[in-house]
Amino acid sequence: MKQSWGVRLWRWTIISIVGAYLLVPLYAMFDFSTKPFGFADKGRTFRAWSIIPSQPDLIAAVTRSLITAAIVMALILFLIVPTAIWVHLKLPALRRPFELLCLLPLAIPAIVIVVGIAPLYRWISIHLTESPISLAGVYSMLILPYTYRSLSAALDAVDIHTLAEAARTLGANTSRVIFGIIMPTIKTGIVNGSFIAIALVLGEYTISNILNYKTFQVVIAQIGRTNGNVAVAVSLASILFVLFLLLLIPTKKRRSEVLDVDLV
Amino acid sequence: MSSSTYVQLVDLAKHFGKVRALDGLNLDIAQGELVALLGPSGCGKTTALRALAGLQELDRGQLIVDGKDVTFQNANKRGMGMVFQAYSLFPHMTARENVEYGLKLKAHKTAADKRKARSTELLELVGLSTHVNHYPHQLSGGQQQRVALARALAISPKVLLLDEPLSALDAKVRTQLREEIRRIQLELGTTTLFVTHDQEEALSIADRVGVMRNGQLEQIAAPAELYDRPKTSFVAEFVGLTNPIAGKVSGGEIEVLGSVIKTLPGSVSSGTGIALIRPESIDVVASSSGNATVAAASFLGASCRLNITMNDGSRVTAQLPSSDAAGIGAGAKVKVSLLDLPVFVKAAG
Repeated sequence: MKQSWGVRLWRWTIISIVGAYLLVPLYAMFDFSTKPFGFADKGRTFRAWSIIPSQPDLIAAVTRSLITAAIVMALILFLIVPTAIWVHLKLPALRRPFELLCLLPLAIPAIVIVVGIAPLYRWISIHLTESPISLAGVYSMLILPYTYRSLSAALDAVDIHTLAEAARTLGANTSRVIFGIIMPTIKTGIVNGSFIAIALVLGEYTISNILNYKTFQVVIAQIGRTNGNVAVAVSLASILFVLFLLLLIPTKKRRSEVLDVDLV
Repeated sequence: MSSSTYVQLVDLAKHFGKVRALDGLNLDIAQGELVALLGPSGCGKTTALRALAGLQELDRGQLIVDGKDVTFQNANKRGMGMVFQAYSLFPHMTARENVEYGLKLKAHKTAADKRKARSTELLELVGLSTHVNHYPHQLSGGQQQRVALARALAISPKVLLLDEPLSALDAKVRTQLREEIRRIQLELGTTTLFVTHDQEEALSIADRVGVMRNGQLEQIAAPAELYDRPKTSFVAEFVGLTNPIAGKVSGGEIEVLGSVIKTLPGSVSSGTGIALIRPESIDVVASSSGNATVAAASFLGASCRLNITMNDGSRVTAQLPSSDAAGIGAGAKVKVSLLDLPVFVKAAG
């Protein structure tokens, strides 16, 4: 069919352009990371990749960033999700103000946020801990716009009021309603929000750098100042790692055919 | 309180802003009885049901179940089984898991083997024994409401509360399911409060039907009594169809359409009144010298509805068995008279 050919051509053209836009920089990074950077190197070399593990601070920084991400995820699960559910269920009048509050980090530039919280973190580093893991606090604020939107969309998609009331009449208390009924129901929204948050935490640079914390991105930047090839190799590895995490987000709900719809 | 009263709603009041949803509602339900609350939107029927479930706080009033005051008891401790208008099955659980959910909770904790036996028994009772492992999205609307009914019954509720559970279903499924609800209710003897705006639904399955208006019970009675002997003009006009026809009232009788018939208690006692006459209380026979002409005839299956223009220009609607209406079509000359059944008469104007 003529039209179908035209449509297919158009479709593939768009896919090719978008694919090139996304993949060419990645290829360029890969290309650069495998170029010779020492006198001994000849032709292509994976030396920049092979010396990644021996970079000072890198493994520790990755570990710290992953722990921070895990803490942020725990904060999402045990603080942000129950709060969003509570606001949707019990305090509908607060929905708009809560949404506005959650969107604020998006409107305020990171540099302004960091100036605002610097005194607090100075106090934390003196009196509590110098560990970059304490950044989980400010990160859990930064991820609010993305996590809340994702949760809010999931909560709006199901009639959580009726589900909650059904569970209550059957004998469930509030925590059982939230953790046993509503959270499993909006699982996809929670997973989406959490992964986006992890990607954001692993990729954050401005705040951790200004507050002098050695996180993953800060260490990559440091390596970049001494060895460009290794820095690009590490960056590419981190992009692929985050991409891998994002690919884990379920794109489609499991839905099988509706059975026996002719029956009552 | 009579000795058989199991549930008592005493002087319930609830305001939503300026709207009075409940305004001194009183209702007694006997053990094992199925009471339907019927009324137009906003009359307070759902608010009353939700208050009994513990899902709606009250401004005033008292709720007594099995002799205990439950007014301030939390919903999760009241032991009420409820089926909602909206589909309310937990989407991440199978039909069996949904039914067993209440039995896993502290309030109704049951051992695993007994739980399984109970869910099997109940899913069988609602005709879904082959769907135990289906998820809600694999079930039709009617099947989901059946599982919801089984889930509500699983905890052996003190009172089964049905909040328009059939309104989202199509007509055929609705009729079938309402009959099954009645069968199951009778079989288990569960005290049931059923809220609906569908009068056919209420009249067909309830032991007693309460008609609500502006947050109060207008009348509560057995379906036939409610239909034949309404106590107020609102009940007469809300339940079933009526022909408002003016006539002269005196001595407990009204003269209307050339017939004199008795008036029901609560009717206007003298002067001019408006008789609210049921279409099936009007007798129609073909007659060339009749007092009316048929304007339109609608065949309804077992019965036939006739729109009739009287010789004086007034219009009435009559409904008679199709066999009696044979040969009476649009344009036919007919003689209209009234059957000797008491009628409610409201004030004119």
